Amino acid sequence: MSLREGEVRIPSGCAISGIMNRKGYLFSGHDIIQSIALMHDRSNGLGGGFAAYGIYPDYADHYAIHMFYEDSFCREETELFINDHFNVEVGGRIPTRKVSSITEAPIIWRYFVQPKAEKVMEMDLEEDEYVARLVMQINAKFPGSFVVSSGKNMGAFKGVGYPEDIGEFYKLDSYKGYLWTAHGRFPTNTPGWWGGAHPFTLLDWSIVHNGEISSYDANRRYIEMFGYKCTLQTDTEVITYLFDLLLRKQGLPLKAVVTAMAAPLWSNIERLAPEERELVKAIRTVYSPLLVNGPFSIILGSRKGFVALNDRIKLRALVAAEKDDFIYVASEESAIREICSNPDRLWSVAGGEPVIGLLEGVEEL
Amino acid sequence: MNQNITIDAKGIYYRQLNEAIKASLQDKINTIELQNVNGQRYIGAGITNDATISIQGTPGNDLAAYMDGLTLQVYGNAQDGVANTMNKGTIIIHGDAGDALGYAMRGGEVYVKGSVGYRVAIHMKEFQEKVPLVVVGGKAGSFFGEYMAGGILILLGLRGREEQPIVGDYCGTGMHGGIMYIRGSVEEHKLGKEVKPVEMTEEDHQRLALYVGRFAEHFGEDKEEILAQPFTKLIPYNKRPYGNLYVGA
Repeated sequence: MSLREGEVRIPSGCAISGIMNRKGYLFSGHDIIQSIALMHDRSNGLGGGFAAYGIYPDYADHYAIHMFYEDSFCREETELFINDHFNVEVGGRIPTRKVSSITEAPIIWRYFVQPKAEKVMEMDLEEDEYVARLVMQINAKFPGSFVVSSGKNMGAFKGVGYPEDIGEFYKLDSYKGYLWTAHGRFPTNTPGWWGGAHPFTLLDWSIVHNGEISSYDANRRYIEMFGYKCTLQTDTEVITYLFDLLLRKQGLPLKAVVTAMAAPLWSNIERLAPEERELVKAIRTVYSPLLVNGPFSIILGSRKGFVALNDRIKLRALVAAEKDDFIYVASEESAIREICSNPDRLWSVAGGEPVIGLLEGVEEL
Repeated sequence: MNQNITIDAKGIYYRQLNEAIKASLQDKINTIELQNVNGQRYIGAGITNDATISIQGTPGNDLAAYMDGLTLQVYGNAQDGVANTMNKGTIIIHGDAGDALGYAMRGGEVYVKGSVGYRVAIHMKEFQEKVPLVVVGGKAGSFFGEYMAGGILILLGLRGREEQPIVGDYCGTGMHGGIMYIRGSVEEHKLGKEVKPVEMTEEDHQRLALYVGRFAEHFGEDKEEILAQPFTKLIPYNKRPYGNLYVGA
């Protein structure tokens, strides 16, 4: 007999965690699984996932396309399209192991590819833009096929289940990366499905997100003017595209992007020094449809590093720490201490205050 | 008679840990030491007892929620939601604490040596002899004392992140009961529309001496030095700030 309202309590609220080594030293997925597993009760088994950077050194110059297919017919259809637009170096199933709690997995495939040079020239695009457009096309026009990730030397691994089980399923302890992010999901407004688990990615951007975006429709309408298609039935994907638009396409500095997305309140802007005040006003005015409203804490991963960010009035939890060359962020302090018991520095992150972790020698994300 | 027990919490799920605590209390044990705590939720939650629990490590969210009488010593940082709706008892945190500490708290005392996060003492309340107290040694985030309906909230600013002010924005927004004391001054723009700074009375000085004295005792600090600096006293303008909001008047 199923329990009724009031007879069961599900304590939860999504969990995020991230670890990076600034020197680019590679480490296995063990720690990130331990960290996100500690926050088990923040999710409810309807979604877990990881983004890993630096995991494919043998194919570092290839785009690693991770795919979900509902059936082999979807795969065949989509592969025709992929073969048409890319030179596929190698493709095959992503290795998984049996985990009793993980069921109804789609067909999970990956391809290491290079865009076909003549097609890129024909369309007169940068390679990244070419790949981004094709990813959008696959997600929009191939029902049952879904691009999980599409960056170089990185990949997303996600599904329906608790994150620690998803990590086990994908054998993440056997991969080595310099940056890992993780998510435990408690879906609120949308169903829990494999494609809807976090991280959400485009090229080498990945987002894990705890919260809810009440500005979703405003953000979506704006981003759609630039050719992005929101197809994944969840608010989080729009954040990925916002970062892609502002950082990759428009080349804005990270600080300006953060100001646009978690803009200070007008009353606080009024008290800034004149020069900064004018700049922040300009950003708020030009990018007002990109203000992300509602409670959130997010980690944006990229090949150059990450940024973690809270909404401006801190409606979600976020803690950061440093130890030697490692930098950590998580929804709870204990999730950091689980893998780094004695950090050099640990702090609670303020609302709208970015935590930026960049690889050595890199100045902008 | 004193009965002690030590529990190693390493890798123990919060439910088992809290069951072990309750079982120990039923066996009349009055001092429990928890070692290697990391992230376990609800420690001390809903327990009516006058035993002491000392916690080594980082206890998880909702520490002491609905707690009714225990004394908790936390040797580490606490996370979010400490003393949520707590009724009675004492919590002494020898580190920092997270967001929403003292949420809807209705009795007992919380002392934090370090800093606290956002929305501390949100909707703390009092009734007759039940007057909850929160003393914070470090700094506090925004929405400090938001919708506070009663109790005493003291912020000392003795330590904390250098780049941060003693208190964030929207301090006392919606406050309609209780008293807040902040060591030093607070810029007016940080105050919610519902609070005003007022002169300290002799009663206030006595009250501060009492509670800052207890704070100093818990953490081995110099009470006189802390009290040497003037405090800002904040109280609400109006006990029912929204009383006319929906009456169509």
